[in-house]
Amino acid sequence: MTPASRGFLGRRQTDVDPARVPAGQYVTAGFPVLSAGPTPRTALDRWTFTIRGADFEPVSWTWHELLALPAEELTTDIHCVTKWSKLDTAWTGVPIDTLLAGIDTAATYALAFCDGGYTTNVPLADLTGGKAWIAHGYGGASLPPEHGGPARLLVPHLYFWKSAKWVRGLELGSEDVPGFWERYGYHNYGDPWKEQRYHGD
Amino acid sequence: MERAALPRRLNWQLGDVVGLVSESGQARTITLRVPGWRRHLAGQHVDVRLTAEDGYQAQRSYSIASAPEDSAVELTVERLPDGEVSPYLVDELREGDQLELRGPVGGYFVWTESLGGPLLLIAGGSGIVPFRSILQHHRLTRSSAPVRLLYSVRTPEDLLYSKELMRFATSDDVDVNLTYTRAAPAGWHGYARRIDGEMLAEVAWSPSDRPLIYICGPTAFVETAADLLVAAGHDTARIRTERFGGTG
Repeated sequence: MTPASRGFLGRRQTDVDPARVPAGQYVTAGFPVLSAGPTPRTALDRWTFTIRGADFEPVSWTWHELLALPAEELTTDIHCVTKWSKLDTAWTGVPIDTLLAGIDTAATYALAFCDGGYTTNVPLADLTGGKAWIAHGYGGASLPPEHGGPARLLVPHLYFWKSAKWVRGLELGSEDVPGFWERYGYHNYGDPWKEQRYHGD
Repeated sequence: MERAALPRRLNWQLGDVVGLVSESGQARTITLRVPGWRRHLAGQHVDVRLTAEDGYQAQRSYSIASAPEDSAVELTVERLPDGEVSPYLVDELREGDQLELRGPVGGYFVWTESLGGPLLLIAGGSGIVPFRSILQHHRLTRSSAPVRLLYSVRTPEDLLYSKELMRFATSDDVDVNLTYTRAAPAGWHGYARRIDGEMLAEVAWSPSDRPLIYICGPTAFVETAADLLVAAGHDTARIRTERFGGTG
């Protein structure tokens, strides 16, 4: 039982539906930026998105090929492990299901890789079935570089570090390989509704 | 790159507030005795959780200001306008209170003596806090890695740890550079503008020296500094950043 903090009243957010805010989170109107290094800038004519794995031929899309794929507009809530949540964020993105459609694999895990060297691991089942996208638009415009543009992985049902910025591809395999933050003590799966922030949560 | 932390559970712990020092009109340093504290690395942060009488809770993250070698854990917290947790920590918390925290958290924005240098630290505003831990760790380990600090503040009143920074500056190994972006002290002959390429060229090591670079501050500050350093030819893999979200 946690003792009360003497004199702390708190500022409960009365204008948000508490059912949409996981434990330990607060809602912000801003869009904070968190990254481990400089913002990479890759020229779009050299940009590709690649899905590779041991049991199939790698598949790549150029920037123009990705944009030519049917995109979905979606509005969703996002939850950052650093405690902020942002409701009703509007994205444009290509469903991962679309990208995986032509790939026959026994893989069960994905490791997203990115410009700047960032990686993050997600079970493949969390990327399929309409749960994840390669997002290239935000708020009706192109995705700004500081928020992961030209394109980022979007997996809104997990903490937002799983929605890798500057994503360049997915490595599929049968082994769960911890990504960047996962190797620095953050939770391997990262379900905000179970408050899985750090190892052991 | 640091060896990854081993999987372990981070439990909430209660720390006793044993000291409070006002650093500026907006910030103060909280000294905590935390029984069973797991020694941190310089640059890491903690989660702090406040609980109201009715059970309502609020959590935020704060950088650790003290060195790993220090037996106490110090946090320096800046009061944010419209903040929920920071005004409590800056204005309400008293000696003798207890504060709930868990950590240390984060393993990348850290410096240990074994990482060596040369070291370039670039701070905007309260982004100086993790660098106090790094500078103390540097001194306590008698590291010979040369350090250059560039610290940007709006006014002299916003300068945190001013006396301590002056003491660091007397070391042959540490070079302290300040820039005031809104108002400089009377008679100031140093930088009095926002960071720019010319300032970084003067303060930073040359890219050929391969400095290990840490940048901490508000998002726009970090983006500007990191972009300028990358454009000047510094290796992106040797630039580590921590952006303060500015909420809380």
